[in-house]
Amino acid sequence: MKRHSRGLRISAVLVLAFASVMTMGNAQAARTDITVGMQLEPPNLDPTGAAAAAIDEVVYANVFEGLTRFGSNGSVNPALASEWSVSDDGKTYTFTLQEGVKFHDGADFTAEDVKFSLDRARGETSTNAQKQLFANIDSVNVIDDHTVEIALVARDGNLLFNLAWGDAIMVDEATIDDAAIMPVGTGPFTFANWVQGDKIELAKNPNYWGVPAKLDKVVFKFISDPTAAFAATMSGDVDTFPVFPAPENLAQFDADPRFSVLLGSTEGETILSINNQLAPLDDVRVRKAIAHAIDRSAIIDGAMFGYGTPIGSHFAPHNPAYIDLTANSQFDPALSKKLLAEAGLADGFTTTLKLPPPSYARRGGEIIAAQLREVGINVEISNLEWAQWLEQVFRGKDYGLTIVSHTEPMDINIYAKPSYYFQYDNMSFQALMAAFNTQTDPARRTVMLQQAQTIISEDYVNGFLFQLAKTGVANAKIKGLWKNSPTQANDMTGVYWED
Amino acid sequence: MLHYLIKRLTSLVLTLLVASVVLFVTIEIVPGDPASFMLGINAQAETLEALRTELGLDKSKPQRYWQWLTGMLQGDFGKSYTYKTPVAAMIGERMWISLPLTLFALLISTLIAFPAGIYAASRRGRIGDAAVTGMTQLGVAIPNFWFAMLLVSFFAIKLGWFSSGGFIGWDQGLLVGLKSLLLPAIALALPQAAILTRVTRSSLLDVLSEDYMRTARAKGMSKRSAIWRHGLRNAMIPVLTILGLQFSFLLAGAIIIEKVFYLPGLGLLVFQSIAQRDLIVVESVVMLLVFAVVLVTFLVDLAYAWVDPRLRTRS
Repeated sequence: MKRHSRGLRISAVLVLAFASVMTMGNAQAARTDITVGMQLEPPNLDPTGAAAAAIDEVVYANVFEGLTRFGSNGSVNPALASEWSVSDDGKTYTFTLQEGVKFHDGADFTAEDVKFSLDRARGETSTNAQKQLFANIDSVNVIDDHTVEIALVARDGNLLFNLAWGDAIMVDEATIDDAAIMPVGTGPFTFANWVQGDKIELAKNPNYWGVPAKLDKVVFKFISDPTAAFAATMSGDVDTFPVFPAPENLAQFDADPRFSVLLGSTEGETILSINNQLAPLDDVRVRKAIAHAIDRSAIIDGAMFGYGTPIGSHFAPHNPAYIDLTANSQFDPALSKKLLAEAGLADGFTTTLKLPPPSYARRGGEIIAAQLREVGINVEISNLEWAQWLEQVFRGKDYGLTIVSHTEPMDINIYAKPSYYFQYDNMSFQALMAAFNTQTDPARRTVMLQQAQTIISEDYVNGFLFQLAKTGVANAKIKGLWKNSPTQANDMTGVYWED
Repeated sequence: MLHYLIKRLTSLVLTLLVASVVLFVTIEIVPGDPASFMLGINAQAETLEALRTELGLDKSKPQRYWQWLTGMLQGDFGKSYTYKTPVAAMIGERMWISLPLTLFALLISTLIAFPAGIYAASRRGRIGDAAVTGMTQLGVAIPNFWFAMLLVSFFAIKLGWFSSGGFIGWDQGLLVGLKSLLLPAIALALPQAAILTRVTRSSLLDVLSEDYMRTARAKGMSKRSAIWRHGLRNAMIPVLTILGLQFSFLLAGAIIIEKVFYLPGLGLLVFQSIAQRDLIVVESVVMLLVFAVVLVTFLVDLAYAWVDPRLRTRS
């Protein structure tokens, strides 16, 4: 009997202890860890050696930093360079570096590292996926430990913007060879652990040179299946899914007070690319007919569940230099048929529509095919994997039509490359872009960008569909997440949990 | 017995060699260049060349096949193009999820199938038999990924007893690890259990009508002990065959379940590597799976000989 009551007493104490632990947990300050869901896992963690957006989505601004960086609204801000000056001829930039910056392994960040990083990125054996960003750099010269000078071949209004890309981050010669699996940068988070196929963990950098991060731990969890992503978010296994893969579920999250839905814009111009050298698509009247046959709102509603902004040219609507040119390609099937008849194709024609894996392409493709059929254009749809798409469509130019979202920021200059996969060759556009690249006056640059938008819109180079929306889901208590996506990144530096 | 063993071993080695050639050729002719996939749409021609050289893709195909084969024999599976880590290490890591998951699912499926099959066979034609047979129909018809989603929406989202997926890691403790594999294992096991139940039932029924069973009963054995002493062992051969097939199927075929539960296993690794054209990983993992299948078949062959002594002498 005595024994029995002791047992009871012990269990009562245990229950009380347990209860107090539980309440302590509740009374504790806000959480300092976060689990971020991503659909694709980065293949490696070196943003200077591969194009995969998932790499930047983990390390950009978190682990690695560049001389400049993108802000959440797309502006170019100082990062490792605190300030800079430009010579009168516009061909020499002198950067002053932040003092007291250390790499995660304790090595000092100096002007030598800047020279090494940029020379490596533009060097002969470089495997940088965006090597063209550095094409205009003539030389990088160390002035002293905290001053570096970049000499250009020609005036360049894009330099500061180019240096903000994830492909232009600053690396240390001693550690770069292992960056693929063990990235060492200067950012507010250090790389902690990678369980391949599963998750990547970052930890707060206690010795960060700038404003320290509010979170202690960031876990990126990779969930490729949209249904699994839904389940993981609903059950709280992930705290936020910045690019939620199933737009059809967003309304359900929106109605649930535990979650907030983050709607923003991306740099992704989603276009129906047209092979401009393939008959009969080389005829501007045929391309114009295609443009007028497309009902953008039906595509946005049908393929994207209403998320997306119509565009009339290859330019992001949130950019200050944007002009609305959607009127050039109003939905008008009657006009389409008339244009086809003028081009000698009154009976229509047949071409291919090759679709890469994303749902905007696969779902959008079916809708566009139906719309084109209405005006007599028959398309043969084939679904490709990315590797096949790159080989057949992008490099082989073996296609009539394709749908793809061009996610690089400010990429209207791709229309100045005749060898680019849509093979648009317009001398006056190329001259305009050449002039734009060397123009440094902001007002003039805006005017030129607007001219550029108008030229490709009126040439009906491609079918301009919509600006891809960024549709994220997060626990309602998380603050400081990026709403827009000026570059593909999950900047965790300002993220925190509300009490 | 030794003769039997040597013969089986020779066929094992030859099968592997042929499989390696077929595999290499198939994967190499799939269109898509690993280097362009990695560098994306802005890559320049010279950058692509530099990467191809770095990855060793500029060498001739026979040269690469030979390198791959001799490497594998020494336990070196090469280095992943995209992950830049040794393939052997990647496989090893994934194996810690795929193998336990397979064994777990197999265990659940046998624990359900053997009793259910024996029960149904011993009550042939009666209501218990009809019930079991009906359930197996359902088990075979339900797709496992759909069943998996039901499990997730009920046990993870609604009740919150399990996490919706992912693997917590064995370093958190055996029970915690097993718990995170439980839902996927059940989802994998049920359709397999249904098949195995049917095979056990029908194979046992065949055996029950044999003369020696009648003799055993005539000697005065009860029905139950006749089944246990004489029936089961003789009914095992088809059951073992199915078990062997199921093991290989579960090890390689869990791709969809791994996707639903986002488990970083072998299936998901193959799936990702194909999409990324990480050829060396695809080749090595598939080769390993071929090896597993051939090895299991070999073991099943040995098990045949164990349960049926006639096979040892016949060959």
